[in-house]
Amino acid sequence: MNKDIVVVAEHFRGHLNEITFELVGKAREVAQSLGGKLIVFLLGHDLRGYIGELGGADVIWAADGQEFREFTPDIYASLIGSALKVSSPRLVLLGSTSAGLDLLSLLSARCAFPCIDSCVRLETKDGSVIATSQVYGGKVFAEVALPEETTLVAVVPGSFDPEAGRIKGNPEVQAWTTAPGTPASRVAFRKLIEPPPGDVDITIAPVLVGVGRGIQNAENLSLAEDLAAALGGAVCASRPVIDQGWLPLTRQVGKSGMRVKPKLYLAFGISGAPEHLEGMKQSETIVAVNTDPNAPIFSVAHYGVVADALDLLPALTEEIHKTGMKKAS
Amino acid sequence: MNIAVVLKQVPDLVEGLEIDASGKAVDPSSVRYILSESDDHALEEALVTKERLGGRIEVYSLDTGEAKEALVTALAKGADHAVVVDAGLESAPDNHTAAGIFASIFREKRFDLILTGVRAIDDLDGSLGGLIAGFLDLPYVGLIRKVQVEAGATSIIVEKEYPGGCAAELAVTPPAVLGIQAAEQPPRYVPITRLRQMMKTATVEELLVPPVSLQPIGLARLFKPEEGTGAVMLAGSLEQLSQQVTGLIAERHLLR
Repeated sequence: MNKDIVVVAEHFRGHLNEITFELVGKAREVAQSLGGKLIVFLLGHDLRGYIGELGGADVIWAADGQEFREFTPDIYASLIGSALKVSSPRLVLLGSTSAGLDLLSLLSARCAFPCIDSCVRLETKDGSVIATSQVYGGKVFAEVALPEETTLVAVVPGSFDPEAGRIKGNPEVQAWTTAPGTPASRVAFRKLIEPPPGDVDITIAPVLVGVGRGIQNAENLSLAEDLAAALGGAVCASRPVIDQGWLPLTRQVGKSGMRVKPKLYLAFGISGAPEHLEGMKQSETIVAVNTDPNAPIFSVAHYGVVADALDLLPALTEEIHKTGMKKAS
Repeated sequence: MNIAVVLKQVPDLVEGLEIDASGKAVDPSSVRYILSESDDHALEEALVTKERLGGRIEVYSLDTGEAKEALVTALAKGADHAVVVDAGLESAPDNHTAAGIFASIFREKRFDLILTGVRAIDDLDGSLGGLIAGFLDLPYVGLIRKVQVEAGATSIIVEKEYPGGCAAELAVTPPAVLGIQAAEQPPRYVPITRLRQMMKTATVEELLVPPVSLQPIGLARLFKPEEGTGAVMLAGSLEQLSQQVTGLIAERHLLR
């Protein structure tokens, strides 16, 4: 094993994803501390446009081909796994994302590399690497001293500063291709499905009233709609509300949903699972209302209220009407 | 279509959660165990598929003392057979250990599809489904919100979630493992009277397997986030709270 760090890059519709810059920034810091190289592994088709944006890397491993045009876990894991086995880096960083999570488990089991998921902090201490992950819906942190062998770490988007990795440059490029005799992929990409159009665009609403499990049933949504109307905002939700079919997918905030940055985010009955926080923690002002004083949402909120969402929603709507406040526009 | 669904028990986060004296595990006496939410969705997706195409559903869970109710609930919902796996474990193992056990079972007993929830709240070392697939050299796709199986077709069409409400439609060649995020309809409900009755009459197969010794990842410690960091907490009656929130919206010009 050497001291190098490999970052598995992600891109979507012609742009490198934010998580890639977060990983590059953090990996540079760790690679410097360990005395290893930073390698960015880029898979896709027609990759030239991305290389210049990855100046933070010492080396780019580029797998450029039709078969890598869209992410499919089978073939991506085959190529990445064979490259990692040959090169034995100290650390492999992936995003704790739709693609990254598939790769994390597949690579760990196929190549017998230990792995850690949901990492939010990564530091080095006397040559060892310590990862801290969020577990139990963000209520507990788990600190792990990474073993002295090639280890895979999946990082929750939003954990590190992307600016530290946004470095222009002209890194050395090494090409990787699938070895002859590699079995055909058992997973084929067919098409990209866009969210249904025609609903409110929560990514541009200046005020969002977010609701979670605490809203209890679909009928109570009207309480949130009333407040959103009084403020000139829109209603959005965390995963459980969407899975129940109470609001459309277009209103989901979080890992699989939208990433929002409104001026005001009011969270009612949202506990604050990491998947949700990922989508809203950059909001300018966050006010959270939850019955559980230990709810993780209070760690990212600016103001917190321990109360039942169903009590405070109508009271707050009434108060807003009473003051005759001008709606957001 | 023969489907296996792997079910896992996790602490109910509604309850407080305490860390035990070792500092490396959650104190089991401080929590109530419930079925992992995405596993409930995996079961629902299996039931929907069976209703469309026929076939057989077997549900599996490791015996960590809490499995039987979830398995019997699955039978009550329409699963055909339930298996509790006894590997001599006293508490829930890490996912590599669990996946090693399930892989040894599914190497012998073949299924067209193995469904698991894409992740559980106590996952630290990857997702169970991906690890099982990796050990068995089967294809795996996670974060699935829809599974479409057509009679006689050679591949299974799935929708994998991407950010921004997008999804990728992928064709997967079975046998395969899928990590389900959400079933296409909310998981069905079993009336408590029916469940009580089933608890008395249902048969759950007990499968004894040799203990698996895998090196778990070296957890240094578990700790809770510091309380009192983060939000400024507001207090008062509902009216006072409403006035305070309205006040800060006005003061900070949050509607402009």
